[in-house]
Amino acid sequence: MIDHITGGEALNVLKIIGITGFTTESISVATNVKSSKMGRKDIVKIENRELRKEEVDRIALIAPHATISIIRNFEVYEKKGVEIPHYLIGVVRCPNPGCISNTNEPVPSQFEVSHKGLHCLYCDWMITNDIKNYIL
Amino acid sequence: MNHIISIRDLERTDIDCLLDKAALIQANCYDENSLKGKILALLFFEPSTRTRMSFDAAMARLGGTSIGVDSVEASSVAKGETLADTIRVVSGYADAIVLRHPKEGAARLASEFSSVPIINAGDGAGQHPSQTLLDLYTIRQSMPLEGIKVGLLGDLRYGRTAHSLAYALSLYHATLYTLSPKGLELPCAITEELTEGGTEIFEHDDVSTIIRDLDVLYVTRIQRERFPDSASYFRVASSYRITPELLSGVKERLIVLHPLPRLDEIDPRVDLLPHARYFEQSRNGIPVRMAMLQKVIS
Repeated sequence: MIDHITGGEALNVLKIIGITGFTTESISVATNVKSSKMGRKDIVKIENRELRKEEVDRIALIAPHATISIIRNFEVYEKKGVEIPHYLIGVVRCPNPGCISNTNEPVPSQFEVSHKGLHCLYCDWMITNDIKNYIL
Repeated sequence: MNHIISIRDLERTDIDCLLDKAALIQANCYDENSLKGKILALLFFEPSTRTRMSFDAAMARLGGTSIGVDSVEASSVAKGETLADTIRVVSGYADAIVLRHPKEGAARLASEFSSVPIINAGDGAGQHPSQTLLDLYTIRQSMPLEGIKVGLLGDLRYGRTAHSLAYALSLYHATLYTLSPKGLELPCAITEELTEGGTEIFEHDDVSTIIRDLDVLYVTRIQRERFPDSASYFRVASSYRITPELLSGVKERLIVLHPLPRLDEIDPRVDLLPHARYFEQSRNGIPVRMAMLQKVIS
């Protein structure tokens, strides 16, 4: 279960983890739920699915306050927050059309995360807003 | 490995060391056979006259030889080969690779796949560190670099030489005055980063208002293709043209630099003035690139 998703971002979270209308998982989605901490939040519950680290990194970019709980036999087995890593490898596409990472070269995109945004380690481009538009 | 990818990877002491080395080379204090038996690969996937020839000449003056390709059409890239594969192959033929490529970040990528040092000779609108080093070298021949006032004029948005130079000058606490046509200003990301680092940057739109304060005027080409039509280009280009009249009353030590080739930015009559240093700047490519080759290969 992914809780404390930024209000309105639940469908983007599903998109990030590759869940489309053609997947077979049982999924519950709640949007704009009242939250004392966040004002409003979204919640996503997916059955029989554990998230990979790259997926968690992607979620952290659009829902930095999200918490991920693994529930087994109706009990919370594990609960953890998300954290944006210092480096994002193959997670975000560089918006610079002239960047070598947007060609057929055999390399993933590489970004360094700073307080100002995401810094492309190939072309030095900075993504400072609308990060979700560039998530791969 | 001693790659030279971006001027931002170099500390001030690294730059000073390279410039000192270049000065010794220019004074003929160097071993003509220091790179004897070594091979330099010149991979130029974009047109170049000065950079390619000066690296070629620099290698020859140190006793080494050069091999390479001059265009995409003449290489396996035309058959669809990736740069990564090209670099893997060529690094088996040479002791260092000089790379010019139209894509930004190409040299950084090349360094990930190369078993020999990479020197970035220009990657799209990105970096051109060897040009920056020879720009600094030329300034240092006339005055100390510390605290100088430098005007950057022309296409500062796409001009990679201006970007690299702005970063390098910030290490010497220079004050920068930017002069560029609307839409071709220095990218905000660069301005913000330099300003946060303590560099003072002032934006102007009339060179005549500040030229008497400057120690260095760095002129770059304004490219016609950035404008919707010829009339717009000529209107803008003429307002950024450096003439002897404009230079009257400037500081005696002011030097005018240009990475070349120039189009209409500098009146040919300026060539005769003591302020004009762009041809000397171009010649300085040899000792500076000799110093770079010695650093990365030996």
